[in-house]
Amino acid sequence: MTHDSVDSLAAARWRIAIGLTVAMMVVYFGFILLVAFDKPLLGTSVAPGLSLGMLLGALVILTAWVLMWIYVRWANAHYDTAIAGMRR
Amino acid sequence: MTSALGQPNAITIGWFLVFIALSLGITVWASRRTRSTDQFYAAGRSVTALQNGLALAGDYMSAASFLGIAGLVALSGFDGLIYSVGFLVGWPIVMFLIAEPLRNLGRYTFADVVAFRLRQAPVRIAASIGSLAVVSFYLIAQMVGAGNLIRLLFGMPYEVAVVIVGAVMLGYVLFGGMIATTWVQIVKAVLLLGGASILALLVLARFGFNPLALFEAAAGKYGASVLAPGRLVTDPLDAVSLGLALMLGTAGLPHILMRFYTVPDARTARTSVAYATAFIGFFYLLTFILGFGAMVIIGREAITGFDAGGNMAAPLLAEGVGGTPLLGFIAAVAFATILAVVAGLTLSGAATLSHDLWVNVFRGGHADEREQLLVAKAATIILAALSIVLGITFKGQNVAYMVGLAFAIAASANFPALVLSIFWRRLTTAGAQASMLIGTLSTVILIALSPTIQIDILKNTEAWFPLRNPGLVTIPLSFVVAIGVSLLRPVPLEEERFRLAARRLHLGVE
Repeated sequence: MTHDSVDSLAAARWRIAIGLTVAMMVVYFGFILLVAFDKPLLGTSVAPGLSLGMLLGALVILTAWVLMWIYVRWANAHYDTAIAGMRR
Repeated sequence: MTSALGQPNAITIGWFLVFIALSLGITVWASRRTRSTDQFYAAGRSVTALQNGLALAGDYMSAASFLGIAGLVALSGFDGLIYSVGFLVGWPIVMFLIAEPLRNLGRYTFADVVAFRLRQAPVRIAASIGSLAVVSFYLIAQMVGAGNLIRLLFGMPYEVAVVIVGAVMLGYVLFGGMIATTWVQIVKAVLLLGGASILALLVLARFGFNPLALFEAAAGKYGASVLAPGRLVTDPLDAVSLGLALMLGTAGLPHILMRFYTVPDARTARTSVAYATAFIGFFYLLTFILGFGAMVIIGREAITGFDAGGNMAAPLLAEGVGGTPLLGFIAAVAFATILAVVAGLTLSGAATLSHDLWVNVFRGGHADEREQLLVAKAATIILAALSIVLGITFKGQNVAYMVGLAFAIAASANFPALVLSIFWRRLTTAGAQASMLIGTLSTVILIALSPTIQIDILKNTEAWFPLRNPGLVTIPLSFVVAIGVSLLRPVPLEEERFRLAARRLHLGVE
């Protein structure tokens, strides 16, 4: 087994991990900055009983789940298989 | 409004005794399986992904998030959601950056990972200071919360409540170690999720199972402003600073990180985070329903009549929709929640004292199994006694900021060194050490100078430091210190060993 394969797999893993981390931060801090800077906008009603802020807050939680699902799918399918191959 | 709240009644005490009996049963069962240090600290690394997901969720869903966030929503509506979201978004970070490397590189504490290719003693001493600071502040917040809540829920004196929590928790941890702590946490997580779900269903049943009808009723009763951001977030810098600390602090909490050692491999660690996040997210959505339910069904005036902070919103709601039996159940669940969280904190503090400081610093890594276990148990007793003393010392004081402080230290002292040790080959012993010490120190100093302490507690007119949460300053500072110190005096040997660490990080122990 060569070091290169571990290195390239490591590089791929960190690319995905950091990309997803940045995505989560952008979405979350986008929400926080909207709360801080534009309260009236978030108070806008999108349906009776539902404000834009509540909808976006729920969407941030949903985004967290979706990003994790993407990572788990990639890691289970590609990363774990490659690691198992290297161990052999 | 009259309520059975605060009066000991047969049903509440019945639920309470059922829980105590159940956890003692778990402890007896676990004590037979707790012979080695691996079993004491890491439950023999045999916990499944679903079990660890529940236990992680249990560690994270403290009484503060159950009663506190429900109360915050009941009193200020939308603003409660800001906290819920902040507490949740740290979990993807834990999964992407921390969980798997931690499992593969360490044994019992996060300092194992930072010290892996660096010099043991300096790194572990610095990491212990950060860890113990986080655990202590978190413990104070939980113990004071426990004393107040149990007094409100069961009408017991504050000191008695603190001593009971400390003593029962000591029993679990001392005899059952991580196996008992994990199973008590799982039982509590199931009870908490189940109780909150039943309560939410009973609330929604009154609104045709349509949450929007509930929110509309709240807006009808208290105005549309309850659905919009209110006074919680005023200063944008403060908001970002708090957000940063909540997000990155989750990935630096010692009692959460320790759970990743209880699973057999990195894949299980990964899957367990997915379960935990699903449970925690679901729980926060339920809390939102409960808060609005309490606002509409119980009313703000009645809630603040029992506790000005709104902490009794969920128990009062339980009584309102399910009568005394449901109140008793929810009160017992709140008690179980405090107990389980305190147990997890104590165990992680004990691991720091015994595994990091005693075994790896004082004894230079040479201590036999018997000695390790003995020291771990002694450390558990010391921490349990300390938590009782701290709980009584801080009686009647405003400790709400201490959870924020714990998260800020976790984010500034633990997270940067942990992440850099995993990702950055040039990190040196001196860099990691300086980063952890300055992270802890700067956070504590800036909180002492912040409006929270200076204006709210000391009643001064001005604060020297403008932000309530120092994360925006201390987290970058800690990263800069680690990188700067490492670059100033490179250590080629430590850089060479990065390759070994990287292999093990991905492949596990070969």
